[in-house]
Amino acid sequence: MTSEVTPELFASVPDQDGRFGRFGGKFVAETLMSALADLEQLYARLKDDAAFQREFDEDLAHYVGRPSPLYEAARLSDAIGGARILLKREDLNHTGAHKVNNTIGQALLAKHMGKKRVIAETGAGQHGVASATVAARLGLECHVFMGEEDIRRQALNVYRMKLLGAQVVSVTSGSRTLKDAMNEAMRDWVTNVEDTFYIIGTVAGPHPYPMLVRDFQSVIGREARAQSLSQYGKLPDALVACVGGGSNAIGLFHPFLQDESVVMYGVEAGGKGLETGEHAAPLSVGSPGVLHGNRTYLMQDDNGQILETHSVSAGLDYPGVGPEHAWLKDIGRVQYVAANDDEALAAFHRLTRVEGIMPALETAHAMAHAEKLAASMSPEQHIVVNLSGRGDKDILTVADLDGIKV
Amino acid sequence: MSRLSQVFADLQADKRRGLIPYVVAGDPSAEGTVPLMHSLVDAGADILELGVPFSDPMSEGPVIQKGHERALANGMSLHRVLSMVAEFRKDNDRTPIVMMGYTNPIERFGYEAFAAASAEAGVDGLITVDLPPEEVDTIDGALKDVGLDNIFLISPTTPEPRVQRIVERARGFIYYVAVKGVTGSGELDTDEVARNVALIREKTSLPIAVGFGIKNAASASAVAASADAVVVGSALIAEMEQKARSAEGLEEIQIHSAAVKLLQSIRVGVDSSPS
Ligand SMILES: Cc1ncc(COP(=O)(O)O)c(C=O)c1O
Repeated sequence: MTSEVTPELFASVPDQDGRFGRFGGKFVAETLMSALADLEQLYARLKDDAAFQREFDEDLAHYVGRPSPLYEAARLSDAIGGARILLKREDLNHTGAHKVNNTIGQALLAKHMGKKRVIAETGAGQHGVASATVAARLGLECHVFMGEEDIRRQALNVYRMKLLGAQVVSVTSGSRTLKDAMNEAMRDWVTNVEDTFYIIGTVAGPHPYPMLVRDFQSVIGREARAQSLSQYGKLPDALVACVGGGSNAIGLFHPFLQDESVVMYGVEAGGKGLETGEHAAPLSVGSPGVLHGNRTYLMQDDNGQILETHSVSAGLDYPGVGPEHAWLKDIGRVQYVAANDDEALAAFHRLTRVEGIMPALETAHAMAHAEKLAASMSPEQHIVVNLSGRGDKDILTVADLDGIKV
Repeated sequence: MSRLSQVFADLQADKRRGLIPYVVAGDPSAEGTVPLMHSLVDAGADILELGVPFSDPMSEGPVIQKGHERALANGMSLHRVLSMVAEFRKDNDRTPIVMMGYTNPIERFGYEAFAAASAEAGVDGLITVDLPPEEVDTIDGALKDVGLDNIFLISPTTPEPRVQRIVERARGFIYYVAVKGVTGSGELDTDEVARNVALIREKTSLPIAVGFGIKNAASASAVAASADAVVVGSALIAEMEQKARSAEGLEEIQIHSAAVKLLQSIRVGVDSSPS
């Protein structure tokens, strides 16, 4: 990228074709094009509509429980002896993760469009639970597509969705994880496009999804920025978030992009190690391509076939990433790194034992990098980590990995 | 005149409707695809549609998805599909071949390299499911330079002003998707098809092929009343799948014969259409 990195640049994406530089766009079947155009028009109208924003803000306040605290992990920071680690507590949201910020927003859009049926894809099940939750609240029919493999490793969330009245559809094609769940959700949407709203769970998919999911999740960064200023009288020095599709990361990063002094790290799933090929780190070692409606960095082979991914955390087990991250990588505004399974598991245990906060395995990847980063910085400096979700859903996986039978 | 224009001109002169079978390159086996293509031509195909296997075929129903999975397990790649076309061309220089697939394998190949290799192999047209007019600029120029037709889809949900914009960019023929859904799904509403095909005809003189949801001679006959050509895919692949499962150790030619027989009966249906 040659364009200069200016504040105006960050406000200029995506352009009207949904592009973030060379990334993004609308690579979908013709049948979906008019549905995307309808969504785009509706969102353009509601985005700056005071009544819509009020409705969204009130739901976030009274149903989700926002603002979420910015909490200083003092014992953890002391133990490391470097920068202070501040946790943006999205785990305290209703349903236990950041995902609900977005499903509240998209459910409002579905309501405005008069759709009676919503569908969603899910990996860890957090987005599925958040979708089933808003569907229950609004009385909408809800179908959640989930890979067979993820249904096995996230059994608790599967049952939660069923309790909420959603139908969980097991996806048995391809690698049976998040990417295949997204294929299946797209297929359902093509078939039922007239009465169905597709609630995409991350900043991926065709335009306008990466933009509107970013906007809904940006409440995280707006709050964190204001809390930093009011609690500490300054901006943080660094931000850290895990990156699956990239929604919790963009939500934290976006309101800080114009603050030049703030460095940012997106942490991908390093799986068994980047050198083994068994990981889910397209920004770290992938290449540009087209999948699920947008151009972005992908894990693919020389023939353009999408590769199977591996991560201990179902929510990061995805071969692509939101197009805005691809662009932020190219212009050098955000650094993308990886934490592997073992590092994440160790970070999970450390945060649980030292702070009494049990993070989701996805989130544990961000913690693993934040600990390393803190050690290289000084005690006057602050790192804000997006504590994207709580770990209750993962305790059986953790027990399994630790060789313990619950 | 291109092979595609020639075929449609001949069909019109003979007052016949075209028949376009779809199979996935490399399914059920890699070695069998070229012989299968010849057999389909012998059974009455006017144009061949060759699916390019992709790991994430988002617009395909379960039958064609499995075809893609089998083909990939057989080691298929876009390069190998092009070699199959070249192989087919050694014995047939007349039947047009349209490749149908997804953007990523082409993007990875490189648009210009792909266009050149396709022309060299003897490909005539390209349908890229996830490349709507908004995104086609990256490849369209390269295809045009080598005389390949980029074929656009129009669906029941395409609004009228958009139909106009699509036909302005279209070459070869228009592919009207008869059902809202993935391949092989849905109930065909032939009245709706006829109405929408008539609307498209008001805007273009390009031939119109209709596909998705055509399963047998009767549905092909009904659709052929308004279309210039009908496309059959899932039904052929399902027929081969069923045959392969029916007995142990069948020769591949026996499996092919199931598709050939169905295509022959559909040919009769198309030719008896009340147009
Ligand atoms: C707690 C948590 N964090 C992070 C993610 C990854 O998604 P994203 O990168 O869109 O934030 C998930 C996905 O399921 C999740 O459940």
